[in-house]
Amino acid sequence: MDTFVQQLINGLTIGFIYALIALGYTMVYGILRLINFAHGDIYMVGAFSGYFLANQLGLASEPSLLSLGVVLIGAMLMAALAGVIIERFAYRPVRKYSRMTTLITAIGVSLFIEYLFVAVLGNAPLSFPQLLRLPEWLPSSLQPDQNGNYRLFGRASLSIVQILIIGVSIILMLILQWIIYRTKLGTAMRAVSFNLNSAKLMGINTDMIIAFTFALGSALAAAGGVLTAQYNPTIYPLMGIITGLKAFVAAVLGGIGNIPGAVLGGLLIGAAETFVVGYGQNIGIPSTYRDAVAFSILILVLLFRPAGLLGSTVQEKV
Amino acid sequence: MPTFVKRIVGALLIILLLYVVHMMMSREGLFGFGIGAYPADILMLIFVNIILAVSLNLINGFTGQFSIGHAGFMAIGAYTSAYLTVYHGQHWERQMAASVGETAATALVFLVAILVGALAAAVMGLIVGIPSLRLRGDYLAIVTLGFAEIIRIVILNIDVVGGATGFSVPGYSNFIWVGGFAVITIIIIRNIVRSDIGRALISIREDELASEAMGINTTRYKVLAFVISSSFAGVAGVLFAHYKKFLHTNDFQFIRSFEIIIMIVLGGMGSITGSILGAIVITVLPELLRQLPTINLFGQPVNFADLRLVIYALLLIGIMLTRPQGVLGHHEFGLNWLKRAQKRPEGDEALGASKGVPIAERDAPTADKSKEAKNQ
Repeated sequence: MDTFVQQLINGLTIGFIYALIALGYTMVYGILRLINFAHGDIYMVGAFSGYFLANQLGLASEPSLLSLGVVLIGAMLMAALAGVIIERFAYRPVRKYSRMTTLITAIGVSLFIEYLFVAVLGNAPLSFPQLLRLPEWLPSSLQPDQNGNYRLFGRASLSIVQILIIGVSIILMLILQWIIYRTKLGTAMRAVSFNLNSAKLMGINTDMIIAFTFALGSALAAAGGVLTAQYNPTIYPLMGIITGLKAFVAAVLGGIGNIPGAVLGGLLIGAAETFVVGYGQNIGIPSTYRDAVAFSILILVLLFRPAGLLGSTVQEKV
Repeated sequence: MPTFVKRIVGALLIILLLYVVHMMMSREGLFGFGIGAYPADILMLIFVNIILAVSLNLINGFTGQFSIGHAGFMAIGAYTSAYLTVYHGQHWERQMAASVGETAATALVFLVAILVGALAAAVMGLIVGIPSLRLRGDYLAIVTLGFAEIIRIVILNIDVVGGATGFSVPGYSNFIWVGGFAVITIIIIRNIVRSDIGRALISIREDELASEAMGINTTRYKVLAFVISSSFAGVAGVLFAHYKKFLHTNDFQFIRSFEIIIMIVLGGMGSITGSILGAIVITVLPELLRQLPTINLFGQPVNFADLRLVIYALLLIGIMLTRPQGVLGHHEFGLNWLKRAQKRPEGDEALGASKGVPIAERDAPTADKSKEAKNQ
């Protein structure tokens, strides 16, 4: 039982990160019907921005909630800027061409970001500084043990980083929900995703809304990047490929274009992956196949429910 | 001259040419004319890449689906055939050498290896293709991307084929095999494209919904094209493996698939000659970049060959921004193309340029847009 709970907690932690990235995929897909291949790399850009911010501002040596907040928000802003630049200079000019052209451009952008980072920084992993430390004035009953864990029961425990990841993800998702359903920008986003041309006729500045969507998705991915780096501090230029792929699978599993679906998909993928690693040995699946889990799920979803769990099938019309 | 005589003469000429180049590549050379080891290596890689590019063009260029995991199928072909030749090859060779002679036995074993590699890749293509090609949209891209990465991880964990340490393979391949299969690939793909299957594939590329309305079983044709394409990738993998004599999963990373994509995008999606051109350019380009002097980038010395992938990416984006159909577009470069260009009288405009029905291609993007808008 303790092991099960522990696996579930670990799975949900990774799941929330996948969910944060999947939101960006699903929002861009909802608006442009484009698989933004570069989104996984934006996640990487976010992690690296966080790394440089922490080191340049000297926050790496004085971990506190404040420095973590500064690094997180700074990385989100930088990634949002990167997302807007990519949209403006790569995707917008080819939007008028066929989908194939946009897709190839997206692949090109992804490749460009990855290998620009490899060329400039080398392929060796960097170690992201540990930024999280609770304030001293908290009563000792609220402080974690020296490994940063809170004992739950039995051998199950919840680490402070896990609380951070789950908490920040939920807050960001609530903010996203608020933006999409309670603000004018969000209403415009929904209108554009419903029908781009009609939205334009209604006087919506669609270019601006698309750029905003990219900024929002990229910021969430960057948050995912910084949070992952707190959980697993090695960051490297190609880290976005596999994680991006899994997040995309999460978006497809939940129903691509569907925002709650992306979160649900992310959590399910994270949990499935952790359980395969944890219990796979018992049924003969070595843990090295963890990356194959998401892929198998993708194949199964495409076979049995291509619209995803929460998506609805849209009849195609001529 | 009757057609079949022309064909036989053509085939003989090609075989002669392959043999001449093969002899020139050998250590003694042919009548004193030889090709050095370095150019010979590039030449071999060019022909392997031609097989890869032309076969990928069938699914990406002619059918309009987007596969980005060609290296995965190449790896399947390479590793299955290598398993066969390493563990059973010599045994079979010895058995057959008694009855058909040594050279023929070696050739037969390698031929079997090639066929098995092609078959294995085709089966994988079927498994990957059916779920993703039933659907419209870009699912194939992401599925093939995932597949190529997963297959690499799986191979890395199989110790029988060397796992992470690599796998030594007998060197059966030579220029006759590689060049011969490149020619066979080109001819087969060209014939498919010109046949009724090819028409169906092109109609799917132009408008999937309309071709379905015309009674074309789009899923069947898409899967067919994808399976053929992957099986040729398998063949290229077999040839590559038995030429390099050493296999490592690093040879089948993402980058490999992207290189093949860039070849066909550069040459023109939907042009066989374009893919050949692209394969040649992209194989030779890194060698040329290596000749360039080292520059200083952000304080550290960087060779242009290291920037190869950044250059490819910029090339890819640049082509999409300026000429998305690639250098040749859907056209084929050849004698007919040259002749037609000369013969066209003055003032003769291209079909549909002035009035009447507009060319589909010219209006395709806008038509696509409005259709998508309706669907939303």
